Amino acid sequence: MFRLFGGRKKSKDQVKERLKMVLSYDRAKLTPGRMEDLKAELMEVLSKYFPTEESGYDVTLEQQGDHMVMTANLPLES
Amino acid sequence: MDAKAIVVTSGKGGVGKTTTTANVGAALAKAGEKVAVIDTDVGLRNLDVVMGLEGRVVYDLIDVFEGECKLKQALIRDKRVENLHLVAASQTKDKSALSEERMQETVRLLIEEEGFDRVLIDSPAGIESGFQTAASAAGGALVVVNPEVSSVRDADRIIGLLEARGVDEVRLIINRLRPEMVQRGDMLEVDDVLEILGVKLIGIVPEDERILVSTNLGSPASLDESNKAGNEFRNIARRLAGDEIPYAALEQSSGGFLGGLRRLFGGR
Repeated sequence: MFRLFGGRKKSKDQVKERLKMVLSYDRAKLTPGRMEDLKAELMEVLSKYFPTEESGYDVTLEQQGDHMVMTANLPLES
Repeated sequence: MDAKAIVVTSGKGGVGKTTTTANVGAALAKAGEKVAVIDTDVGLRNLDVVMGLEGRVVYDLIDVFEGECKLKQALIRDKRVENLHLVAASQTKDKSALSEERMQETVRLLIEEEGFDRVLIDSPAGIESGFQTAASAAGGALVVVNPEVSSVRDADRIIGLLEARGVDEVRLIINRLRPEMVQRGDMLEVDDVLEILGVKLIGIVPEDERILVSTNLGSPASLDESNKAGNEFRNIARRLAGDEIPYAALEQSSGGFLGGLRRLFGGR
């Protein structure tokens, strides 16, 4: 719809996403680097119990209402 | 807002705290409240010049803290509005002279002994002792934010610190909004900022050169009814006092041809 008129992506959508990302880390008092460490350790632990796939897992931080929620998405080997 | 003592803060510098304090304070006083504005930016005072009262500073906040003068002597009466008073920050002392205890006592005296209806406390930028001292005496806060990444990030931090301090009534002023940029999709919208920060709105001040001019002249735009740029500051004062005033800037940026089209197609 916007392309029809402007042919240009709105910068504010990108800005909003960036801000949300930055604030998730700020609010969780976590740095992106520490988050990578956490992901690696999490994988290490989980792989002791499940046969896991090396790629395709994802750990994200998200604001849900008043709380920060960390979600780990881990595909298991079938 | 129920709070009588309100801190004006932002985290980031240069977003319009002092201009907001002067304009909202002046508008509140003109509407009949007895108002004191206090500059807590020790070493970098500016509220005095923004209000055009720099020539009348004799004693300052730190003199009060240190017992060099009585509180009454540090109250500088405004030239234009009778019930508007300023307590200036010290320009020569440093932040070590600040004290949360003294600040709380000073604000208590202003309200209980001197009969002020409202005390606006202009906080310095940052999250250190200056901000902490300013916030320590406040029951409410006006958080000033510009619709850009670093300002919103800092505002988020400040809001967290205010909540941790038990400052209950936190209201947001979105300052320097540029409606034409919002319409192009190149600036965060009011709704975006509110969604991200999760606090209640009390003002949307569009960017306007006339605000800068009046600030430089030491004559708050909100005092001059013919200065349309002062409208939103007058509206903020009225909302603060409990009136429901619609947001002109909101209608402007979401209305019109583009806004209508976007609504038609289900956009926000």
